[in-house]
Amino acid sequence: MSDIASTNNAPSYWDSDKHRRTLARRHAADKRLQFYGLAAIGMAILLLGILVTSLVSTGYVAFVQSKVTLEVPLESSKIDANNPGAANYRVIVRNAFRKLFPDVQGARNIRNVDRILSSEARFIVRDYVVANPDMIGKTATLELPLSDPFDQLNKGVIPSQVEALTRREIGLFRSLVNRNVVSVEDGRTVVQIDAFVDPQKVLPDNLAFGDYSPIVKEGMRTYFLQRGADTSDSLLAPDAGDALKAYVEANPDSIGKTVQVKVPLAPAYDAIFKGEVPMKTNPRFASDEQIKAFNSLEIRGLISTPFNTELFVNSDSRFPEQAGLAGAIVGSFYTLLVCFLISFPMGIAAAIYLEEFAPTNKLTNLIEVNINNLAAVPSVVFGLLGLAVFLGFFGLPRSAPLVGGMVLSLMTLPTIIIATRASLKAVPPSIREAALGVGASKHQVVMHHVLPFAMPGILTGTIIGLAQALGETAPLLLIGMNAFITSAPGGILEPATALPTQIYSWADSPERGFVSRTSAAILVLLGFLVAMNAIAIFLRQRFELKW
Amino acid sequence: MLTIVFTTLLAIMAAGYIIGRRRAYAVVNGAPESLHSRPVYHGAFVAAWVGLPAFLLVLIWLALQGAVIEALLVDSLPEDKIRGLAPAQIDLLVSEIESVAAGNIFGQPDASIFEAADRYNTWREIAQWAMFVCAIAAAMVGLALTRRRIAEKFRARHGVERVMNIIMIACSMIAILTTLGIVISLLVEALRFFDRVPVTEFFFGLNWEPQIPIREDQVTAGGAFGAIPVFAGTLLIASIAMLVAVPTGLFSAIYLTEYANPRVRTIIKPILEVLAGIPTVVYGFFAVLTVAPAMRTFGEMIGMDIAPNSALAAGAVMGIMIIPFVSSFSDDAINAVPHSMREGSYGLGATKGETIKNVLLPAALPGIMGGILLAVSRAIGETMIVVMAAGLIARLTANPFEAVTTVTVQIVTLLIGDTEFDNPKTLAAFALGLVLFVVTLGLNVFALRIVQKYREKYE
Repeated sequence: MSDIASTNNAPSYWDSDKHRRTLARRHAADKRLQFYGLAAIGMAILLLGILVTSLVSTGYVAFVQSKVTLEVPLESSKIDANNPGAANYRVIVRNAFRKLFPDVQGARNIRNVDRILSSEARFIVRDYVVANPDMIGKTATLELPLSDPFDQLNKGVIPSQVEALTRREIGLFRSLVNRNVVSVEDGRTVVQIDAFVDPQKVLPDNLAFGDYSPIVKEGMRTYFLQRGADTSDSLLAPDAGDALKAYVEANPDSIGKTVQVKVPLAPAYDAIFKGEVPMKTNPRFASDEQIKAFNSLEIRGLISTPFNTELFVNSDSRFPEQAGLAGAIVGSFYTLLVCFLISFPMGIAAAIYLEEFAPTNKLTNLIEVNINNLAAVPSVVFGLLGLAVFLGFFGLPRSAPLVGGMVLSLMTLPTIIIATRASLKAVPPSIREAALGVGASKHQVVMHHVLPFAMPGILTGTIIGLAQALGETAPLLLIGMNAFITSAPGGILEPATALPTQIYSWADSPERGFVSRTSAAILVLLGFLVAMNAIAIFLRQRFELKW
Repeated sequence: MLTIVFTTLLAIMAAGYIIGRRRAYAVVNGAPESLHSRPVYHGAFVAAWVGLPAFLLVLIWLALQGAVIEALLVDSLPEDKIRGLAPAQIDLLVSEIESVAAGNIFGQPDASIFEAADRYNTWREIAQWAMFVCAIAAAMVGLALTRRRIAEKFRARHGVERVMNIIMIACSMIAILTTLGIVISLLVEALRFFDRVPVTEFFFGLNWEPQIPIREDQVTAGGAFGAIPVFAGTLLIASIAMLVAVPTGLFSAIYLTEYANPRVRTIIKPILEVLAGIPTVVYGFFAVLTVAPAMRTFGEMIGMDIAPNSALAAGAVMGIMIIPFVSSFSDDAINAVPHSMREGSYGLGATKGETIKNVLLPAALPGIMGGILLAVSRAIGETMIVVMAAGLIARLTANPFEAVTTVTVQIVTLLIGDTEFDNPKTLAAFALGLVLFVVTLGLNVFALRIVQKYREKYE
């Protein structure tokens, strides 16, 4: 064939430029598809990375807690040694804390300084005294948590100063600058406005007491007709009316006319026109004095940020600096325990029946269809089931880990059944036949020979199912496991929260401190999930037999 | 009390096991070789018949006890106290008595309530002890009856295996019971809802304002139950999710099956699967913490007003969650295409890309479609992401930058903190739940059928 082609002098299509171009195009298309695939994978992994990074970067600060070292005099005149819990610890702690700031004057400033310390500090002191009654009459040196804003300030999550102007306000100001009406005169930034000197507001015989401010505002408003009056008013300096007053006093005949005057702008805009970035005290803090008082604590070395053991020891609280996960972790543990105790034996029993004993009939078929469908039913529907049947019909207690575990076990059952059946199937027939051959009954074959071999696979499936159940939130919300509960549950019938529902409630809380606590709680939850999956993988690799 | 009952029963069971085994040894004078069943089976047989009937009795007793005592309580109330009261009011009265009986006294209940509470406590006490006695009696009767049957030729193993069969069948039935429970509870409450709100209004109404006054002095909207805006919002968010998930999932599956070498594949695939293992509440917080503010800032930069709880943010994050579903189903579908088809295409001189486009994808299309449908059903039923990141107010719009609400959001918000099933507001959640259940079930059955049919084609 090639001989013929080479002897033929007519240029072949395969050597032509056209073919080369076609080939290049086709290869380019191939490369493009490959690139799309890589881009898709890259995007998925990037998104996962962003997710983890944003959680870690907001959450890591919650693993430490800012505290102040405070010497609390526990005077025996104020604390009754027979009943140490009843003393007024609020006053004791407050007075001890105020002693650190002898210079702060004024009732309001002193109150602001009080707020640097967590309002929960008194309970910590109370618990300390109750636990150490021999300290009464002595001075205790305690590390007490700071209130949320100062905790966040100390960790650098929020700044003490914020930009005074929003991007929108700056945009409005820029539009004013673009009209060429803004200039600097005598060191102040001024804006030129057309002001109608209303004779009803400025009386010719009493120029000094005229109502100049509304006139100036009115004039300013003409630049921002589409906006509300508030925006244009906020641009003007508080003394903007005085500029008009000076003008009118110099030109009394301008009354009743529209005049062009230059009035000063608010300090923030003054700063921005001069190329500075105007700042103001972060509105989360009461005053600059409060921040100064806090800084003085820092300079004196009284502030420390130890590991936040409270996060794992305390239960929920309205105050983020004292809120912890202990209640949620215990609640999740009880819930998973109930879920395991129900779904593990039931799942194995059902799987053994379906895989080893069930005859092929309509009932078996129906059961299998049902199991497959249950695996795909949205979790919130299971919550509705729990609400209507377990709470409504059987009258079980609300928010109880028992009910949560029962609902979750219904969701975990399909996972366990499917995993168990797969591992039962993986046990080779030779095992069964050998056992049957020496006279074992069918039950004995399954119980004594097949099930032990299948156990690693079953455990792996169960742990994965439980890990899914641990992250499940919606059904628990519907049965009330998002309640606000400040102590760990003592049993499966007491009201409790679970880790995911705690995350949901914290995510809904407005305090800044809960943002990092939520991320930290998520990291704890993910830690549990990773651990459970690691155990599952370990079990699979260590114990599962390859036939 | 319950703990005592259960531990006592367990103890009797253990005793039954030992007694049965001893008896088996005794009847053959310590030579178990001549027994039909090994002694352990005799023990297990006795234990099963001692424990199971008693446990069943306790469970049934517990399920019925509350209702029976309440009925007795209502009967015993003075006639003038309950005359002319609606059933709901009687329920309220009963729960007041119960809380007084538990020691939580609110306000100033009158003497008859205190008397009733006393009676209630006494009856409960009596019921508990009666249950205890009955359970132990049942266990003892079981012990006496079975112990007598133990003999040399007694087929204890068969008996035990029969009991185990029954237990296993009962456990398998849980799946059917759960489905039945879901269907019945949803249907019953939904029908009660449709008693108060016409079906046509629910399915075709354009106005959804479920916050109706529960007390007379409460100021709320009038209450309207037209679910079209809710359904539309669900579809909008699910479509946004699919727009993110389908291309990403499909292209990554193509790359992983056709281009990537096996080592890359074994690393990348589990990483993608991680996306499916992250709890949805985490995605919800991610949407609120990172995605929504980022979109808002971006919108501000290009001069667009994006709502803080826009459909776009919720949908996009949901899309991320669904990527692994689409990719693993597409992966399976592409892998299931026989090698002969692939090689035939290469043999004709097609490039890899052309083979994928012209041979693999058309052949795998049913499988991929099935996977996508399953992903859609997942997106519709997804709850936590939208509860945290989407809106609460039902708005009929196709603009992804606005806030919309979904079926699952409404179910959760209507039911959080409410357990009284006697007003349309809470019942509406069950009607929505019924729709959700039927739609997701339909999608699943349809999708699985497609996938199965297609699998058979190549097997």
